[in-house]
Amino acid sequence: MDKFLLRGIEEEGSAAIASYREKGGYAALEKALSMKPEEIIEEVKRSGLRGRGGAGFPTGMKWDFASRDPKFPKYLICNADEGEPGTFKDRPILEKNPHLLIEGMIISGHALKAEYGYIYLRGEYPGAKVVLEQAIEEAYKEGLLGDDILGKGIKFHLSVHQGAGAYICGEETALIDSIEGRRGQPRIKPPFPVNVGAWGMPTIVNNVETLSNLPLIVSIGGEKYAGIGNPECPGPKIYSVSCCVKKPGVYELPMGTTLREIIYTHAGGIRDDRPLKAVIPGGISTPVLTPDQIDCKMDFVNLPKVGSMLGSGAVMVFDDTVCLVRVCWRALRFFEHESCGKCVPCREGTGWLRNILERIENGFGRKGDIELLQDVAHSMAGKTFCPLGDGAANVVLSFIRQFHDEFEHHIEKKECMA
Amino acid sequence: MLDREKVREIVRKYPERRGALLPALHLAQKEYGWLSPEAMKEVSRALNLPEATVKGVATFYAMYRRVPAGRHLIQICTNVACMIFGAERLVDLLKERYGLEPGGTSEDGRFSLMIMECIGACDRAPAMLVNEDYHPDLNEERIMTILEGYK
Ligand SMILES: Cc1cc2nc3c(=O)[nH]c(=O)nc-3n(C[C@H](O)[C@H](O)[C@H](O)COP(=O)(O)O)c2cc1C
Repeated sequence: MDKFLLRGIEEEGSAAIASYREKGGYAALEKALSMKPEEIIEEVKRSGLRGRGGAGFPTGMKWDFASRDPKFPKYLICNADEGEPGTFKDRPILEKNPHLLIEGMIISGHALKAEYGYIYLRGEYPGAKVVLEQAIEEAYKEGLLGDDILGKGIKFHLSVHQGAGAYICGEETALIDSIEGRRGQPRIKPPFPVNVGAWGMPTIVNNVETLSNLPLIVSIGGEKYAGIGNPECPGPKIYSVSCCVKKPGVYELPMGTTLREIIYTHAGGIRDDRPLKAVIPGGISTPVLTPDQIDCKMDFVNLPKVGSMLGSGAVMVFDDTVCLVRVCWRALRFFEHESCGKCVPCREGTGWLRNILERIENGFGRKGDIELLQDVAHSMAGKTFCPLGDGAANVVLSFIRQFHDEFEHHIEKKECMA
Repeated sequence: MLDREKVREIVRKYPERRGALLPALHLAQKEYGWLSPEAMKEVSRALNLPEATVKGVATFYAMYRRVPAGRHLIQICTNVACMIFGAERLVDLLKERYGLEPGGTSEDGRFSLMIMECIGACDRAPAMLVNEDYHPDLNEERIMTILEGYK
């Protein structure tokens, strides 16, 4: 498959508008501006595009809800918080191909009749901020942003809003709070942001990679796009592969490529040809898989069938030298740190889980600790305000389910198997 | 002094003044190196927001510093990928070499250290940011060479 999202990013100066235009950039925008907003939404529905931020929500449906809301102004927010550990798939777009995202956002703004857009960029990407702001300035200069885009009477303004180190602000309602200048804590849903979002107005939040698909959908049409990858959730997908592989990095492949192909063909297999022990397929919040499950297709439909999720598509590969109790403990330290403190099960639960895992890892595990972990996790899953708490609970439950022996060994022998 | 003109420029990007709070805090931190009570007061005056509101927001986000920082800020990731490739050892090394504790500043005021939760550099772990510079592929030797460049 030809690359689309990451095309030409290895070339020097790929972020400049001139090199983006050389690759045919902004042609889709011209086409989109000659289309009616509803026609673009129709194409997005036909494309079958599903959100790449983690939940896989059908983008066309989200847009339909937003465009049916009679309130104006509407806001378009690009979620560039990319905080899920293991995830670095949006980063190459932000740093090396920013005009693809900007073009996608202008097209989306037109389709949604949103005149203001924000890119919520995590504070940990200062380099991307410089690149994006420069790219936005270029786009203004060439009349691609502003009050009268390319003389078509369409208005769209775009700016970068820099986060300040809070994973929870990737959750769309916490993100909206953060843009409004508040502590980023999730809001109760409904109402959904498409109806009541930023400053009480209809707000469409989409991931970087989702919005970056728009130029492709507009230029080849929804129907043809739907033929890429798995027809149930089509399109190109960026997988970010890390930890114990020979060639960690980002790989743009058709949605639904198997985990085996990603690890062994694209990422070069396990370092030093060691045995594979475990894989987290979609970022730290997604349940861990065992080596016999890697023939699974990496998409929103097939991963749930083996008890996991696509999440952000961040593949974390562990060989036999890695202690999974330690990985699980580190994951929980993350969740404890990032829990926003708004709801009790998450605020207290993540701390207790981390605490118990820490004593197991340090050789002070007690008999009954595994059951205790499960008990705490069960009193969190499904009972928290937002999915952060679910993620934390499910990580622990999946590690115990899949690697029970390793936890037992730690507790009984006070040492690690790895 | 907080650049009031810059603040006004930021405010124009949002339908309500308060939207400019996070960017204004970033601006103040850049100016003073940390968010002292005076700096927060200045932000509150510039945006005409209650001081409590400003403080409430500033204390929520990990990147806003409420203690004075050293000349250079080291932000090192110890999340899963970086942990597997030895980030914890690097943190120990910073303690041995510069007396740096996580969240602390070296006695000579040269470095401050923050432990980060994934900086999106897992393919080139372990990694850190020094001020706004990104340094991947660290090991014990490399981190020392890099840090010697920050005087
Ligand atoms: C704790 C938490 C963190 C999240 N972090 C991100 C993130 O960093 N980037 C992102 O795009 N979506 C993130 N999401 C998902 C968003 O809430 C939202 O579903 C997404 O931005 C919608 O865009 P999409 O439909 O294009 O996927 C997160 C969700 C939760 C619960």
